Amino acid sequence: MAAVATCGTGAGSTGSVVAAGSKNHVTSFQRRGPRASGSDSSYSRLVSIAGTRPSVRNGQLLVSTGLPALDQLLGGGLAVGTVLLIEEDKYNIYSSLLFKYFLAEGIINGHTLLVASAKEDPADILQELPAPLLDDNFKKDFDEEACNHKTAESNIKMKIAWRYQLLPKMEAGPVSSSRFGHYYDASKKMPQELIEASKWHGFFFPEKSSSTLNIEPCSLTHGYIKLLQFIQNIIYEEGFDGSNPQKKQKNILRIGIQNLGSPLWGDDICCTENGNSHSLTKFLYVLRGLLRTSLSACMITMPTHLIQNKAIISRVTNLSDTVVGLESFIGSERETNPLYKDYHGLIHIRQIPRLNNLIYDVSDVKDLAFKLKRKLFTIEFLHTNTDRVNTEKTFITSDFRVIHVF
Amino acid sequence: MFPELNNLLNTTPDRAEQGKLTLLCDANTDGSFLVHHFLSFYLKANCKVCFVALIQSFSHYNIVGQKLGVSLTVARECGQLVFLEGLKSSVDVFFRAQAEPHPLQFLREANAENLQPLYEFVREALKPVDDGEAAWRCPVLLVDDLSVLLSLGMGAVAVLDFIHYCRATVCWERKGNIVALVHDSGDTEDEENNILLNGLSHQSHLILRAEGLATGFCRDVHGQLRILWRTPSQPTTQRDQSLTYQYKIQDKSVSFFAKGMSPAVL
Repeated sequence: MAAVATCGTGAGSTGSVVAAGSKNHVTSFQRRGPRASGSDSSYSRLVSIAGTRPSVRNGQLLVSTGLPALDQLLGGGLAVGTVLLIEEDKYNIYSSLLFKYFLAEGIINGHTLLVASAKEDPADILQELPAPLLDDNFKKDFDEEACNHKTAESNIKMKIAWRYQLLPKMEAGPVSSSRFGHYYDASKKMPQELIEASKWHGFFFPEKSSSTLNIEPCSLTHGYIKLLQFIQNIIYEEGFDGSNPQKKQKNILRIGIQNLGSPLWGDDICCTENGNSHSLTKFLYVLRGLLRTSLSACMITMPTHLIQNKAIISRVTNLSDTVVGLESFIGSERETNPLYKDYHGLIHIRQIPRLNNLIYDVSDVKDLAFKLKRKLFTIEFLHTNTDRVNTEKTFITSDFRVIHVF
Repeated sequence: MFPELNNLLNTTPDRAEQGKLTLLCDANTDGSFLVHHFLSFYLKANCKVCFVALIQSFSHYNIVGQKLGVSLTVARECGQLVFLEGLKSSVDVFFRAQAEPHPLQFLREANAENLQPLYEFVREALKPVDDGEAAWRCPVLLVDDLSVLLSLGMGAVAVLDFIHYCRATVCWERKGNIVALVHDSGDTEDEENNILLNGLSHQSHLILRAEGLATGFCRDVHGQLRILWRTPSQPTTQRDQSLTYQYKIQDKSVSFFAKGMSPAVL
């Protein structure tokens, strides 16, 4: 069974090719370069996938997390085939916002979405996605164009809103996006047309929990087994792992799993200290195996502050590739601390993977704070100069320009 | 293989010792650079290597190996390297019932008792070939990493038994080496991991412990490496020899220096 790799990077000569199921059992992160090994010769051409770009450091294929500032902190983006674990903040406000940004980015780029939740119906989650941010002069053009059904010659103006432009004559094929990360307006909802035009699969655990298992019970809880089967089914049916010869898939599957580990999934690690301590870790391991052998990227939000057995948290961290923790100030004593008065919480980048490399991109500054302004979610470096709080500040804005403000 | 680490350990690929268990552990930092070092070291030393890679994919090790001067694809094709790719095999094992026992069979079972299928796999992989071909120097078992087995449902005792069986076969019977990585969870109360770590520390001949700096993150010094030589079988009145160095990881090598003597500081 020799499946052909179906994706690649842009026109660059070095890049990573994600291959799955080929004769020589190449899985993912294979770098295609001038000294390509023998298994590379079967990949005839590189096709660029919408919404991806190669990493500058090791040619890894990256997708955006939906927040350009977070992309920069993670070394350019989220690598295809890896897991991004978000440790939820206490009331799950900002982590669900990050979750929505991730899904919205998938819709804008034309990726296929797989949304799994035990709390909300995925259809409802998709209705709540933030709208992409348009510059004001583009917005006027969009209003005219939507009525006049203009053709692609006005492409030049629609750098951000290219999707809106295609609205009247909805195309099915992937179109390469001209930007890697997009900005979203948290106060507005994603237009209905874009949601309907996108391809998505939903897994709502309360609906699926009654069907029977066709796998013998191992130590995984029922919910995790069903979710793994669902994901594996989608990956196989839609050809994301390259094993289905009928399906030539040139797209990324974005998997979003919400509140993994919470009692709603049937797992009791948040309720008791001696719960089923292997269910979640086994799930993560098999999930990562699925991701490594397919063109997909996954974001998981997990209420780690509720997990009673701290050993599980460290095991979960070791089993994930990228781990980002959110700590919001709501209800804590930091809310009134003058140091943090401009911010809503802290972001901790706990782990970044070293993929195909001994070293990795890590920012020197470890104190990062975020705030949700009226429209934008920004991440800034935290400075401890309380006496100069209104004077000099150095921060990176959400379009990652470094700004000194005096 | 990092030449500076070879100097610190006082070995070269030509003079590799035999019959040793080396324990790699990391605390608060990523110790996988040690795994890459030993993998390329033993491949260059012309040993037959069985690599149980549970945490990353084959191409990850291959690409880093190429930076260090070995090609894993060539080694695998000519039979020097037997590679068990945990992530990929786990998908096969989990979703499809296998006809014959698979080394990662415990993923399917609710209460797996022991790691016998994995041990059988290792024993089969490192079987000496006696048909007169180019004989490899000595068999080596490399495991990355053992803490993952705890996360997958095995008890610490089962993992210790597995290492014990492998030691009996690989180290004693076939005069080979074992190198295994265990994460040290530090102050999180992972008791099973502590049992595993302590048990292995008592059996090892050489312990390499990579720690993050106590003062936190530093751009020029990535961590501290503690090297401990032990003689587990003989009760000895003299102290085990121990050395501590700090290191910085670069693109293709790791540089080691005495504590406080980082080139960035001097």
